[in-house]
Amino acid sequence: MPQLSCKDVTLGYDGRAVIENLNFEVNAGEYLCIVGENGAGKSTLIKALLGLKAPMAGKITFGDGLKQTQIGYLPQQTPVQRDFPASVREIVRTGCLTEGRARPFYTPAQKAHAEERMRRLGIDGLANRCYRELSGGQQQRVLLARALCAAERMLLLDEPVAGLDPKVSREMYELIEQLNQSGMTVIMVSHDIPAAVKYASHILHVSRTPLFFGRKEDYIETDSGKLFASVPGGVEDV
Amino acid sequence: MSELLSKLTQFAGRFDGGFETLQRSFQYPFVRNALIVGVLIALCSSLLGVTLVLKRFSFIGDGLSHVAFGAMAVAAVAGLTNEMLVVLPITVIAAVLLLRSGRKARLAGDASLAMLSVGALGLGYLLMNLFSASGNISGDVCTTLFGATSILTLSKFEVWLCIGMSVFVIASFILMYNRIFSVTFDEVFATATGTRAGAYNLFIAVITAVIIVLAMNLVGSLLVSALVIFPAISAMRVFKRFRDVVVCSACVSVFCAAFGLLLSIPAQTPVGSTIVVVDLLVFFIFSLVGKIKKIS
Repeated sequence: MPQLSCKDVTLGYDGRAVIENLNFEVNAGEYLCIVGENGAGKSTLIKALLGLKAPMAGKITFGDGLKQTQIGYLPQQTPVQRDFPASVREIVRTGCLTEGRARPFYTPAQKAHAEERMRRLGIDGLANRCYRELSGGQQQRVLLARALCAAERMLLLDEPVAGLDPKVSREMYELIEQLNQSGMTVIMVSHDIPAAVKYASHILHVSRTPLFFGRKEDYIETDSGKLFASVPGGVEDV
Repeated sequence: MSELLSKLTQFAGRFDGGFETLQRSFQYPFVRNALIVGVLIALCSSLLGVTLVLKRFSFIGDGLSHVAFGAMAVAAVAGLTNEMLVVLPITVIAAVLLLRSGRKARLAGDASLAMLSVGALGLGYLLMNLFSASGNISGDVCTTLFGATSILTLSKFEVWLCIGMSVFVIASFILMYNRIFSVTFDEVFATATGTRAGAYNLFIAVITAVIIVLAMNLVGSLLVSALVIFPAISAMRVFKRFRDVVVCSACVSVFCAAFGLLLSIPAQTPVGSTIVVVDLLVFFIFSLVGKIKKIS
């Protein structure tokens, strides 16, 4: 049973469809990369997967014991966050707020969970630092640690390397790859098709209607895959 | 120049035996009431202030205070003895509507806020002029806008209402602290992981409205936002952890309110503006400390 499946999903605003007839599924341990141009409906799709926006038609279902609120979401940074007075530890802990919803304070188990996640991403040394004083790559790790607190099994990453320099981008990709290899299902939205082809196991190419969904080996053979994959630059050339 | 100097000496003269004046004034229950209410309001407004400033909602406080002024005018014209019962619901409704509209149309948000705030101010003044029974309209308006003496004329009901609301605000802030932080930092993430951010926003809007209505007694409706904003931004100049910012903001606010209130009695200055000036001074000191901390 797939962890996530979209069946004939149509998404849009005010009755106008942005994406139509979207069909795909994600199984445990897979690494799906969602690519497409700006305005192709990628962010709308993210909102729908997180349950923040209802599809106009079709159905998004979760299975294999996964609930919608258990997706670890890594959002793009907002201007508010860039200037936010908060320590790394305070931010990572908010990822624990899913369980024990009636409880007003963190339990010792939740605190330990957050510490473990920070160690795993190598930011335990920064726990008391102020978020706004960190570098872009460190900030992304903080938000990723928070996502890991919320999720045991599935991560949803929205442009995880946006605004990072090539070296830090590659470190970020390798970190995500490690997480995927340890059993975490990864769904990543990205502009970076060369990186998508390098790291992902499956590709979903959207552009109003889904252009392609399948294994990356097959994607490289399609016209759009060839076009993008042959573009020089990208992460591997660094 | 010499005129200014003589004015200043005159002003300083007010403090002769100031301490005794202060001691004597504590015998009066209305001074004690004012101090209790002032400290509680300052504490509540500073707690919310941190969230409002970080969410970029600073102006909502300003807009709501003008709505409260309009509502106050309506209540005065209708000749109600207990204005609070009209002003409070109207302001709460305005807060909820503002939050809703801000969500739907981000761009029109500040324009609609400005419209509401100026509209309520204009309407309130017009109503007071047309229908007011009292002979001293400009005095009434001035009192409502700047809270000249209203903190010293609190009724018993108002004092208890204020104590009750403050206890409620402080208790719920402590209980919801973690989630309020989560929603303030990242509303989308909080919603996606199962926190009902909409409900928290609504709660924050309602509490803001309540505090603004209560705080009008202290500093008047024009200066209310100072009470909400200054302690929070002062604390943010120096501290880098959310918890530290909240605690510092509360301390700064309580100190400024108490100090301003106690200063205004011997100095015979208006309570509201004295508190705001103290807040302003503390802001400059904290900015300086923040700059020094950054350099070293």
